Amino acid sequence: MDMIETAGLTKKFGDLTAVDGVSFKVAEGEVFGFLGPNGAGKTTTVRMLCCLLSKTSGEAHIGGYDVAKDHDSLEIRQMIGVVPDNVGLYEPLSAYKNLDIYGRLYGMTEAGRRQNIERYLGMLGLWEKRDVAAGAFSKGMKQKLAIARALIHDPKVLFMDEPTANLDPESSKTVRDFILDLKQEKRTIFLNTHNLDEAQRVCDRIAILNTKLMATGTPDELENMVGGKKVVVELAQASDAVVAALKKKFAGVAIVSDGAKLSVASADPDGQVPDIVDAVVRAGGRVRFAGVEGSSLEATYLQLVRKEG
Amino acid sequence: MRFSQAWIVATKDFATFTKKRNIIYTVLIVPLVVSVALPGVVWYVQHRVNGADVGAAELTILLPAFVFFYLIIAGFIPTTIASYSLVGEKIEKSMEPLLATPTTDGEILFGKGLAAFVPPMGAILASSVLFMALMDTFTRGALGYYYFPNWDAAALLYLAVPLAVVMSVEWNVFVSSRVSDVRIAQQLGAIMILPLAGLYVGGEIGLVPLGDLNTTLYIAAALAIVDLLLLSVVRETFQRDQILTKWK
Ligand SMILES: Nc1ncnc2c1ncn2[C@@H]1O[C@H](COP(=O)(O)OP(=O)(O)OP(=O)(O)O)[C@@H](O)[C@H]1O
Ligand SMILES: [Mg+2]
Repeated sequence: MDMIETAGLTKKFGDLTAVDGVSFKVAEGEVFGFLGPNGAGKTTTVRMLCCLLSKTSGEAHIGGYDVAKDHDSLEIRQMIGVVPDNVGLYEPLSAYKNLDIYGRLYGMTEAGRRQNIERYLGMLGLWEKRDVAAGAFSKGMKQKLAIARALIHDPKVLFMDEPTANLDPESSKTVRDFILDLKQEKRTIFLNTHNLDEAQRVCDRIAILNTKLMATGTPDELENMVGGKKVVVELAQASDAVVAALKKKFAGVAIVSDGAKLSVASADPDGQVPDIVDAVVRAGGRVRFAGVEGSSLEATYLQLVRKEG
Repeated sequence: MRFSQAWIVATKDFATFTKKRNIIYTVLIVPLVVSVALPGVVWYVQHRVNGADVGAAELTILLPAFVFFYLIIAGFIPTTIASYSLVGEKIEKSMEPLLATPTTDGEILFGKGLAAFVPPMGAILASSVLFMALMDTFTRGALGYYYFPNWDAAALLYLAVPLAVVMSVEWNVFVSSRVSDVRIAQQLGAIMILPLAGLYVGGEIGLVPLGDLNTTLYIAAALAIVDLLLLSVVRETFQRDQILTKWK
């Protein structure tokens, strides 16, 4: 079953189109990564899906409920948890109290709240700090508390807007591992990020957004979207003569020069490295490095995101 | 509109207020000072060594004017709470996660309203009882009867004062949606004291007959109309789309 489904979802702020005709589906239990540069419309999309912001046009359904209908909107909000880009904690109140208030807003019993607060604060390593005011927490601790708050009512769908953006590598890893734990529990997770590595590690599928949806697929599918492998040669200094010589010798092959860095598309890069280096040296180039580069999510991402810009 | 849901929103604010000393001071101290200081003035005037005694005639002018003070403080005490409760949420950016819970905009608005209404109202009513008891004690001798309670004071304290508190709360919600500095919000929020203080001055110079039940009922009716008008403005402002995109 599709837990999240959008069709032509669009948001305009006056003349500015922030999200343009976005359509995708997220299956139940899937971790779905939403990748895009600053200003791509990730936060705007999540806000529309969480019934925080009205859409300009198009459709969006969560668990079969329509985000645009008032009554459905309450059902959706009961079913989802949100980690917004700004944590928005009640700073004067303790971690426990912050979670307790949210548990009450979701209609949980006192026993249910106590159990889940202990469970999630425990999983995120904050149980010992439950009586400390949230305002006294470090950024990473605040982020974790916001994650616990989003989970307090055991939502089926979890939206996270750049949950590791402010975290040190160790805390980022804790959060990533935690996301993987949640995946085991068959929760649907919608993850906004501009960290490609993170998306690749935790997501089942990834969508690349740049106002419009540029591509959707598994990490492997996206990796292979852009060109095959290539030989990369870095020169001690840029040289037009070398580029000309290579173009002459390997006519019909895509050769890209980026300053002193040259890349030559190749079906058999490992076998071709010596020939290419030889040609470079003959043309007077001094080689600092030569090797093979595969396609990567980064390459796909950069190509798709730049195409529009 | 589920009252229980709005109440949860309000209790969160109550829990926050108890950690803010200036809120406790304004809400409790101001009504308490008025309730003790005004009877104190009457007591002092009567016990001056050489002064002329304050007679029954003066007292029946003085006492209703003093009760009117409660209407004036009703116009500004909610300011501290309302501005903190809303501008504070804006600064901490805590409205977004709250809006993501199954709570309607109306329930959040009503909860915020309750949070700003209940403490000032409780403090004003409790201190007014103290005020009336002290005044009765000090003036019984001169008047020959207990001045309080009476219909005019009842209409003022139980009708006009709550309506003035509501007006102040609504006005402050509106102001808080437009500014992002707690101090500016408090200064603008306290403007509601002006029309009320104006009425008081009008009473002092004889334009408005204070201490008259009909006057108090007219004032209450005017406040009720202002409350309804402000409510429609506030409901318009307090919508999730606006809160996340236009509230600066
Ligand atoms: N309230 C608003 N009013 C006007 N324009 C807005 C508003 N909110 C967002 N925008 C614009 O919409 C576009 C998308 O913004 P959004 O915050 O969704 O991007 P994002 O992908 O989340 O970026 P980031 O990675 O920086 O968080 C941007 O151009 C932004 O300036
Ligand atoms: Mg964003």
